[in-house]
Amino acid sequence: MQRNHVVSLLLFVSATALAQGPQDVGTRLAAVESSVKAAQSAGDNSWMLISSALVLMMTGPGLALFYGGLVRKKNVIGTMMQSFILMGLVTVLWAVVGYSLVFSEGSPFLGGLKYLFLNGVGAAPNPDYAATIPQQTFMVYQLMFAIITPALISGAFAERMKFSAMLLFMTLWSFLVYFPMAHMVWGKGGLLNASLGGKIPCFDFAGGTVVHITSGVSALVCALYLGRRKGYPHEPMKPHNLVLSFIGACLLWVGWFGFNAGSALAASALATSAFVATHFAAAAAALSWVFVEWIRTGKPSVLGGISGAVAGLVAITPASGFVKPFPALLIGLAAGAVCYFMVTKVKSWFGYDDSLDAFGVHGAGGTLGAILTGVFATNLVNEGFNRPLGAVDGNGAQIVSQLVGTLIAWGLAIVGTLVILKICDWILGVRAEPVDETQGLDLSMHGEEAYNLEA
Amino acid sequence: MKKIEAIIQPFKFDDVKEAMKAIGIDGMTVTEVRGHGRQKGHKEVYRGQEYEVDLLPKVKLEMVIPDARLDEVIGTLTRSARTGKIGDGKLFVYEVAEAVRIRNDDRGESAL
Repeated sequence: MQRNHVVSLLLFVSATALAQGPQDVGTRLAAVESSVKAAQSAGDNSWMLISSALVLMMTGPGLALFYGGLVRKKNVIGTMMQSFILMGLVTVLWAVVGYSLVFSEGSPFLGGLKYLFLNGVGAAPNPDYAATIPQQTFMVYQLMFAIITPALISGAFAERMKFSAMLLFMTLWSFLVYFPMAHMVWGKGGLLNASLGGKIPCFDFAGGTVVHITSGVSALVCALYLGRRKGYPHEPMKPHNLVLSFIGACLLWVGWFGFNAGSALAASALATSAFVATHFAAAAAALSWVFVEWIRTGKPSVLGGISGAVAGLVAITPASGFVKPFPALLIGLAAGAVCYFMVTKVKSWFGYDDSLDAFGVHGAGGTLGAILTGVFATNLVNEGFNRPLGAVDGNGAQIVSQLVGTLIAWGLAIVGTLVILKICDWILGVRAEPVDETQGLDLSMHGEEAYNLEA
Repeated sequence: MKKIEAIIQPFKFDDVKEAMKAIGIDGMTVTEVRGHGRQKGHKEVYRGQEYEVDLLPKVKLEMVIPDARLDEVIGTLTRSARTGKIGDGKLFVYEVAEAVRIRNDDRGESAL
């Protein structure tokens, strides 16, 4: 009985609908389509705005605390300031010309001036990059990457760089290294852009080459150019507050979900996949660093755990939107062990003072991750590509493209950083005066003391 | 009056404080210090580099006591601070020229 009623009802409704004529249905269909689009946009945009906030949080306070806790008490403010000031400086550079140089079309190496002063960057999406969110969202999301990348370098020259020289250095570095690299990998027409017609498609989902290799290798160059801290390595220079570093590292882990999963540029299954891969890699790397340390020194440390987690997060960055969960675990396991080796053995073999292990973690982890992306990338995860991606898809040659991208990042970072250091040194002098370094940057550069606990 | 300056193991501080209270000495100044005598430091590893840490945390107690109670205080303090191992610390005795209670100008042993 009931079934007959339903059938009659359906027949009646269809008849009524059809009787009203195709014009009306067409209008309503268009309305439905635009509602669906709006809903999609709303979901994507809210995720992307949250991701942007998460990535900014990675710089302040994430990185500021992570690095701040690792330096001696007399330098904690100076160290945090190095991250913080970039939140101001890079924003202005990006707004004026940075966004344009990265994301407008130009040459394979650098974009043009189409978006100077963010001209035309508003509510309308830019379909080349993200078709469902305002271009302004995309712009501000990418800005947060431009902020944190140079901040990572400060780990190498911690406790001994002049603040004024650092500001000049960061400005020049953004123009000479970051903007070109970001354009090559992510900008339309960029040499290494895998999605938008690059001649050498290099898969870098969220910035293994653009962010971590460039900053990590630059860090090494800075550490070598500036020289070791006074008293290194005979004097122990232990972290003054591992609690701060711990908090910073956890903020980095959480923020990284915005960094990697947000690079899907949509609230999509790909974002979920990147989220999961990110978390799995961090977890595996934390464990592997801790266990390797336990075996080698007999004591598993918190510093080891958080360093491991960061190493895993770095390594998974280029791979996050391309690999399945269990390869992500493997990448993390490898990163924890490799980076441990880099910051303990390799650093002491060569004797460079990469104070906060920017090269050992970001440079090495980023290189490892970029290459392993060529191994584990699969179009089963990233359906935006309908061709074999990495070795697991049968395209082992991708590893070569990854190597090329890696080498370009290394080369650009080395040459660019050397040139910039020379310029800054000539104009301002990059190394703090010995008396300032001994007194501590907090007092000498900023006139502040971090802890006035007796007050 | 005598001033006793004792450098002891931090984990023995509570025992010493209780022992002093038990014999009626409840004025002392406590500082956290670092140092070493014959006790060797320990090795710490940071990022694969080994460091000798030979400035060890200790607690310094200072108290001023009447001359008559010197031996009693020395005995009580050393017994309560002792573990029998190297690193237990040392105690020094100084002559005190004058003592004044700030609240009411009491002087000498009545100020203690």
